[in-house]
Amino acid sequence: MNRTLSRRTPAVALLAAALALAGCASSVKLDDAPVESRSPTAAGGAGSGATGSGAGAGSTSQSQVASVDLSKEQGAGALGKVVYFDFDSTLVKDEYRPVVEGHGRMLASDRARKVVIEGHTDERGGREYNLALGQRRAEAVGQSLKLLGAQDAQIEAVSYGEERPAVAGSDESAWAKNRRAELRDR
Amino acid sequence: MPLSDRAPVPLPARPSMLRRGLLALPLAVALPTAQAQFRVEISGVGATQLPIAVPRFRDEAAAPQPVGAIVRADLERSGLFRPVDTETLVLTETAQPVMTDWRGRGADALVGGSVLRLADGRYDVRYRLWDVVKGADLGGQSYVVTAADLRLAAHRIADAVYERLTGEKGVFSTRIAYVTKAGGRHTLWVTDADGEGAQSALASPEPIISPAWSPDGRELAYVSFESRKAVVYVQEIASGRRRTLANFRGSNSAPAWSPDGRQLAMTLSRDGGSQLFVMGRDGEGLKRLTSSGAIDTEATWAPDGRQIYFVSDRGGSPQVYRLPAAGGNAERVTFDGAYNISPALSADGKLLAYVARSGGAFRVQVMELATGATRPLGDTTADESPSFAPNGRLLIYATRDGGRDVLMTSSTDGRIKTRLVSTQADVREPVWGPYGR
Repeated sequence: MNRTLSRRTPAVALLAAALALAGCASSVKLDDAPVESRSPTAAGGAGSGATGSGAGAGSTSQSQVASVDLSKEQGAGALGKVVYFDFDSTLVKDEYRPVVEGHGRMLASDRARKVVIEGHTDERGGREYNLALGQRRAEAVGQSLKLLGAQDAQIEAVSYGEERPAVAGSDESAWAKNRRAELRDR
Repeated sequence: MPLSDRAPVPLPARPSMLRRGLLALPLAVALPTAQAQFRVEISGVGATQLPIAVPRFRDEAAAPQPVGAIVRADLERSGLFRPVDTETLVLTETAQPVMTDWRGRGADALVGGSVLRLADGRYDVRYRLWDVVKGADLGGQSYVVTAADLRLAAHRIADAVYERLTGEKGVFSTRIAYVTKAGGRHTLWVTDADGEGAQSALASPEPIISPAWSPDGRELAYVSFESRKAVVYVQEIASGRRRTLANFRGSNSAPAWSPDGRQLAMTLSRDGGSQLFVMGRDGEGLKRLTSSGAIDTEATWAPDGRQIYFVSDRGGSPQVYRLPAAGGNAERVTFDGAYNISPALSADGKLLAYVARSGGAFRVQVMELATGATRPLGDTTADESPSFAPNGRLLIYATRDGGRDVLMTSSTDGRIKTRLVSTQADVREPVWGPYGR
């Protein structure tokens, strides 16, 4: 019984680490999964959730499979290309100024570059009205880019409305991740 | 036609449970299961139901479609008729039924018919309707159709019977378009109004929304995101041939045909914002209809072609407005609540259906335009996309019921409902087609 437990623990730790990484998005690099053998002092943050004594399991599990989901990479996972909005709002919040400013500067300095801004809403409400709301969000980001020196011809604002949620689910945490505008190079 | 007259042919009776089963069966077996998208469930009935007997048509069993059974099921689903048990009787249109016998079975009306296979492979489908109470022959009709149109012939017979007995046009032979999403696959379907015989018109890995029937029933306009943005296409249903109607900068959406089929209104963001435009069916003659700083979308033409109803948040919240189709000042139509969208008009122009949000609930409302009197259609709370049947007596909309996505049809008074339950996918964006096809 002791044997099975000790053999299982590292796998649990790995899973926890992988989940934690997946939780904070971006790509999952296999080498980063921390497999440590030390006592559970619980000093580390979310990423270093290694517990147990990992006896005899100095290497990674041979059963591990890391899941890479390209559809998520293109969506909300792509850091620095997404602006999130409050409910029923098209206001670009201060915390997303760096995202917009980065793209604005890039477009201003390179006139050959073009971006598409895709506006999105959460699932509540009518599909066509949401399409128009998403369009309004995309155009709000486009307006900010133009104020930063981008030219009209470098920008196309389009909308997916509620049709392409970044996250499945029908609660506020999912809705908050779906009310967004994504910047995509063209 | 020199067919000998026949009296009803009584066959051995079966236990009544089995007979009930047989009556219910045709809906389930009328199609190969791979295509059977819907299960139809009736809830609620009319205040009075006319008892009608529709025995099997002669040679129906040998035909690819159970014609008499389809007629019977259509009439029953309307909520206005109650089928009288006819066991396994067969009744042809050339019979001279003994009315006292049918009166004894409790029938007020009686339909007989036949399905004759012709030498060229087509079928001659005939029916005759009798008023059992008066003992009167109410006439009949012959339809020569291909095997693929046998269901259509059955629906046309149901329409004719319905109209003769209720005085209103039936919509059994019309079609409904809707969209499903299963996995990452979006499909635009065209189905008979009974939910059977669904055929895929378009399948795509990207979303499809807002299908709209041309008034002649031959084309569908819709919004497809296949090029990673909203573009309006028009597709000929029979051939699958399609063309891009609006692919301007920004989003192109919410297509709506004018009643004469020569123009379409739609929402374009080409000049910034979401604004209403009108163009010819060939894409020529683009004209901007609204110039507001607000969202203007979901245009729908009044049946007389003179006015266009639409949704705008120009007053601070989305509400239904109308304006002259030739352009002009908009007039607000809905006032209750802070979120009223997706307007649809009945064919006589007297009723406006729309979706109202109240609390977290989205409900289809029906407004009598002359008085402004408004009432909710049902008690579901996730209603979307109301659309009137061409006779103005029924509506279809998408909602959630019993934990599932369903398409609901309802009489305009909300009393008679049928649920078209999808077995395989999220189902949405229903739109009722016109009489023609």
